[in-house]
Amino acid sequence: MIPGRHRMGLVAGAALGAIALAMALVSLVWTPFDVTGVDVANRLLPPGGAHPLGTDHLGRDLLSMVMIGARTSLSVALLAVGIGAAVGVPLGLAAAASRGGWLDEAIMRAGDLVFAFPALVTAILITAALGPSAANAMLAIGIFNIPVFARVTRAGALPLWTLDYIRAAEISGKGPARISAEHILPNVASLLIVQGTIQFALGILAEAGLSYVGLGAQPPTPSWGRMLADAQTMVTLAPHVAVVPGLAIVLTVLGLNLLGDGLRDALDPRLKARLT
Amino acid sequence: MIALKDLSITIASRQVVCGVSLPLEPGKVTALVGESGSGKSMTALAAIGLLPEGARASGRVDLDGQNLLDLPERAMDALRGRRMGMIFQEPMTALNPLMTIGDQVAEGLRRHRGLGRAQALVRARERLDRVGLPAARFPLGLYPHQLSGGQRQRVAIAMAIADAPDLLIADEPTTALDVTTQAQILDLLRGLVRDEGMALWLITHDLAVVSGVADHVAVMQQGRIVEAGATAQVFRTQAHPYTRALFAAARHVPAPSGGTAGGGPLLRVEGAVREYRLPRPALFARRPVLRAVDGVSLDVGIGESVGLVGESGCGKSTLARAILGLDALQGGAIRLDGAGVGPRMPKAQRAQVQAVFQDPFASFDPRWRVDRLVAEPFHLTGRPADWRDRVAEALAEVEIGAEAMSRHIHEFSGGQRQRIAIARALIIRPRLILLDEAVSALDVQVRARILDLLARLRRQHGLAWLFISHDLSVVRAITDRVLVMDAGRIVEEGPTGRILSHPLHPVTRRLVAAAPILPQL
Repeated sequence: MIPGRHRMGLVAGAALGAIALAMALVSLVWTPFDVTGVDVANRLLPPGGAHPLGTDHLGRDLLSMVMIGARTSLSVALLAVGIGAAVGVPLGLAAAASRGGWLDEAIMRAGDLVFAFPALVTAILITAALGPSAANAMLAIGIFNIPVFARVTRAGALPLWTLDYIRAAEISGKGPARISAEHILPNVASLLIVQGTIQFALGILAEAGLSYVGLGAQPPTPSWGRMLADAQTMVTLAPHVAVVPGLAIVLTVLGLNLLGDGLRDALDPRLKARLT
Repeated sequence: MIALKDLSITIASRQVVCGVSLPLEPGKVTALVGESGSGKSMTALAAIGLLPEGARASGRVDLDGQNLLDLPERAMDALRGRRMGMIFQEPMTALNPLMTIGDQVAEGLRRHRGLGRAQALVRARERLDRVGLPAARFPLGLYPHQLSGGQRQRVAIAMAIADAPDLLIADEPTTALDVTTQAQILDLLRGLVRDEGMALWLITHDLAVVSGVADHVAVMQQGRIVEAGATAQVFRTQAHPYTRALFAAARHVPAPSGGTAGGGPLLRVEGAVREYRLPRPALFARRPVLRAVDGVSLDVGIGESVGLVGESGCGKSTLARAILGLDALQGGAIRLDGAGVGPRMPKAQRAQVQAVFQDPFASFDPRWRVDRLVAEPFHLTGRPADWRDRVAEALAEVEIGAEAMSRHIHEFSGGQRQRIAIARALIIRPRLILLDEAVSALDVQVRARILDLLARLRRQHGLAWLFISHDLSVVRAITDRVLVMDAGRIVEEGPTGRILSHPLHPVTRRLVAAAPILPQL
């Protein structure tokens, strides 16, 4: 283990995540260009000059589009992770606390049921049924995050329940709910953070996928997935129009994965002692 | 022959092993004795070329006139298993859970000898027979989880000796096993040395094990060998003060506590039955029931110290859980100070009993600080306003400074953690403390100090102890009375001295005979 390498991953991941977040926040108050209008004279401009990342087929500034698109992508993915964790983690803790009991079976089999459907196809079904919008995309992705968090929480919690410090807590009269909150949750938190960043990254991809097929954010709200969808007919003509949102997705997903790994190591008091 | 010559190891510019020379003669057992942290395991890892990253070795590890420290990793890889084998302390984690025992033993043969799978398995079968796992009961297709700890250690030995190495390194090979299994494994190792003429390098902190097995012994203190020679000779003369200190600690018996035993029973277990339902053996078969505790009755008086001894699997840990009120009984009753014990007992009743567990590394939440850890039992009584002072006071009683309160548990050694565990058990002033193998994982010197501490606390607070162990020699020092358990029943009980000197029941006799003893000099 080389301490420096972990720190570098953490810093690089945090930087990429921060850039995506900063773009989303800045776009609330300012973008280099207005993207509601059409400027056909300047369409498909290559990167450089007044438009640092070029323009799309309607002459809209791609940098501005990516900034506003970040807002959609990040908020949908983040809230989907929030839904998944808020429901999945308590379910996982309850399943682990009742090790092998009927509650454990019920929760895990229900999770299997959700897993049995292909996630994106069902998300398409949900958004198609409820009407295509960013909020419904978020809900659909969030539902599929629930069993993921439940499983990771349970898997992390099960070995902890056999340890003597849990026995000591039981002898101190603490019930399963309190032990789960005080001892189990903090000790599986590092796992959850890693899983959370991975699900965040997957959420960005899923949102892009749903928007790509027209079931996510609706026009005129830009999102990275819709930008890709719009760009596909022009890939040979002006590749940068597809490359720019594609790179935004790749770099953000990569950054979040690095951040997750780095956080896991930084949050562990035993590893911290070794690193400092 | 393999010999260490002037071997030194540094980790991050700190010298952990210093100028160690040790010949490892074929057909002989050479023991390296010392406390944990004395550098004995590092010495072994250096010899086999498995030092952790960041550790540097200098000097010589001689094999046929060649210095192994100069060899590149590829060459060492070819030697390991072929010329040198190693077995480790923890049989539960030394085997791959997803590989059959036959394949694990055959793996080295296929790699080193280039044998085909069938040929290697034939040889593996023969090696497993040799270590006492006959084909009839232990087919090659078994997985590690189907074996007990002692049987797994036998598989680990079969792996290490599969290719008839010149040297077998055994690092605390029996520390995790109960005494009867320990005696069997030591017998096996001794037999292998005799029959196959290999050198056995035994690394241990247990002097009694050394005295029964080793031809030569070297005593290690802080990375240096302070005394070495023929075992009988070294043990007789004890020239170095450190050797004498180790012996004194191993023989240590705390001053008699003059315990305030008497005044009626505190804990009364009457006909306790505890059953488990096992998984179905077949799809529609009925679930078999395992009766782990089978009609046990026992008493512990106020201020009394009682030992509960038995081999692993005898049901003593299950009984302990029931006494702690964690599991409900299927029959009989447990009463503590007159009131019933069970999972639903009120907090005030639960506050009368606390426990200290075996593994000082698993006994504490790694994310909590010591003050919060020690204060956890206050959940039963309500946390008083001066709880921090009470924590400091409890830590002072176990001779841990108050500055420990703001630290995490990983900053403490095994002995210190066990003291903190005792402080946690003491803080709400229970009347009974249950010690589940609480000193088994500790070095002799640390163990002696903990035993002294327990004796003093009992005297001061009039506590009753229930001391659960597989090792009679641990119980000897600290209990007034001992109960011997086998297959869920109490088979013998009586004053500790009488049980140890005149065991009546065959199980007790086996336990007494298996306990390694220091020679009376």
